[in-house]
Amino acid sequence: MNRAGKILLPLAVTVVALVGWHVGVRLVKSDLFPTPMDVVRGIIELAQAGLLLKYIVASLFRVTWGFGLAVVIGIPLGLVLGWYSRFYTALNPLIQILRPISPIAWIPLAILWFGVTDAAPIFLIFLASVFPITVASCAAVHNMQPVYVRAARNFGLGTLELFQQVIFRACLPQILTGLRIALGIAWLVVVAAEMIAVNSGLGYLIIDARNAGKRYDLVVAGMVMIGVIGLGLDCLVRQLEKFDEVRWGYASNAR
Amino acid sequence: MKESIISIRDVWMTFPGKRQGEQIHVLENVNAEVARGEFVCIVGPSGCGKSTLLNIIGGFLTQSRGQVLVENAPVNGPDRRRIFVFQENGVFPWLSVEDNIGFGLRNMPADKKTAIVAHYTEMVGLSGFEKAYPRELSGGMRQRVEIARALAANPDIIYMDEPFGALDFITRLKMRADLVRIWQAEQKTILFVTHDIEEAVQLADRVFVMSTRPATVQKEITIDLPRPRDLDSKGYLEKRDEIFKAMGMSLKIGSPADAGGNGGRNPEPTAAVEQT
Repeated sequence: MNRAGKILLPLAVTVVALVGWHVGVRLVKSDLFPTPMDVVRGIIELAQAGLLLKYIVASLFRVTWGFGLAVVIGIPLGLVLGWYSRFYTALNPLIQILRPISPIAWIPLAILWFGVTDAAPIFLIFLASVFPITVASCAAVHNMQPVYVRAARNFGLGTLELFQQVIFRACLPQILTGLRIALGIAWLVVVAAEMIAVNSGLGYLIIDARNAGKRYDLVVAGMVMIGVIGLGLDCLVRQLEKFDEVRWGYASNAR
Repeated sequence: MKESIISIRDVWMTFPGKRQGEQIHVLENVNAEVARGEFVCIVGPSGCGKSTLLNIIGGFLTQSRGQVLVENAPVNGPDRRRIFVFQENGVFPWLSVEDNIGFGLRNMPADKKTAIVAHYTEMVGLSGFEKAYPRELSGGMRQRVEIARALAANPDIIYMDEPFGALDFITRLKMRADLVRIWQAEQKTILFVTHDIEEAVQLADRVFVMSTRPATVQKEITIDLPRPRDLDSKGYLEKRDEIFKAMGMSLKIGSPADAGGNGGRNPEPTAAVEQT
């Protein structure tokens, strides 16, 4: 497909969806459910009140901390788990039990431990993203071509150098895929956490707009912002996949 | 014979089999000596354990019995003075060509390192590709990067495990010519495993012919042909036939056309010289 088609086709579909949405609302003559224009007006209203930027920053702040902590802990933990089989045998069952517990289920404990502070959603985002990152890093070590380690050992690398210069580098493409998945989950969880555990952020905006006067235009405005920012975050991580240091690991773009 | 740099003494290797208690005997009573500066090829039938032997000498595997001495000391793991060139290509895909070639020079001053890397990049014919990444190179070029990386580390010995096995015929011929030229310039000891008899005759000073499993060095053949070697010369063909014979192979492929059965079609090769 040519370049113009790649832009025009999804654009056309989006326009059709928006028109469908507008016509649908008009047909059922809903007082509560907003049309696309109501939502745009809602976004403008939020922006003018200074809330939009404030809430976006609040949500991104929490994701940055929670996700950042998960990266800093999850990658080294996963690499070590993948490399030392004894460590893996000891710890993997515990990880596999904790992993399927939805971060949402941790909300009561998070509030109990951290109260209504930023620490509660940060903790939940950390929990949501640390497992996918750890598991991806660990699996990356298991899938690594042993020839890289053998070559590195031949050149006399010590254990720390081996991790930094070979194992981490060899695993980076797969780790990056894990980070992308984890960031997606983190962004899902921040909204849920903010609905319950704090008084700011896009999740709070949605629940507050509903509770404070059934402002569904603002509810949908919040949803749209979450979608747009989520897309932006994913694009950001995807840009990382284009670097020469990792591009070799993705089969689709051989050159 | 010159001073011996590698001594293989009564080496045995046994792997545990798939079934409980099963033992697979791969190497049995292997004895050989390699002299300093010598180019030795190890040939043998596919799966005979020649790679296993090279991995033992290189320190990546430990033999079940016997001893391998390199520079008069028992081998105790891989060593940066003896670099291994891997069959499956051990070039790091996340590093550029120049960073790969300089990998063994991590603790060297930058200017000295740059000079060495440039020297070996040129020697293997990769000038102009310094900033390229392995994924942008052909298989032959990637193998050149690995050879340059090995040479740049200035090892005494280079172990090569079927390094040209994955390359096409023309590239292989070219790589062999380049390898001999580099070996003549650098005076390294090279121990080279191959299943390709022609390759061994083209490259080596001496050829170790291994038997089928459990393998041992059943014959050592000195290739005293002058270099550059003429692949049509009588001496070359004689050496080649000598190795074929040592491996118990006939040089005739197919049964006679009047042999009945399939009428000569779809002939089974008497000697399957395996190709990768």
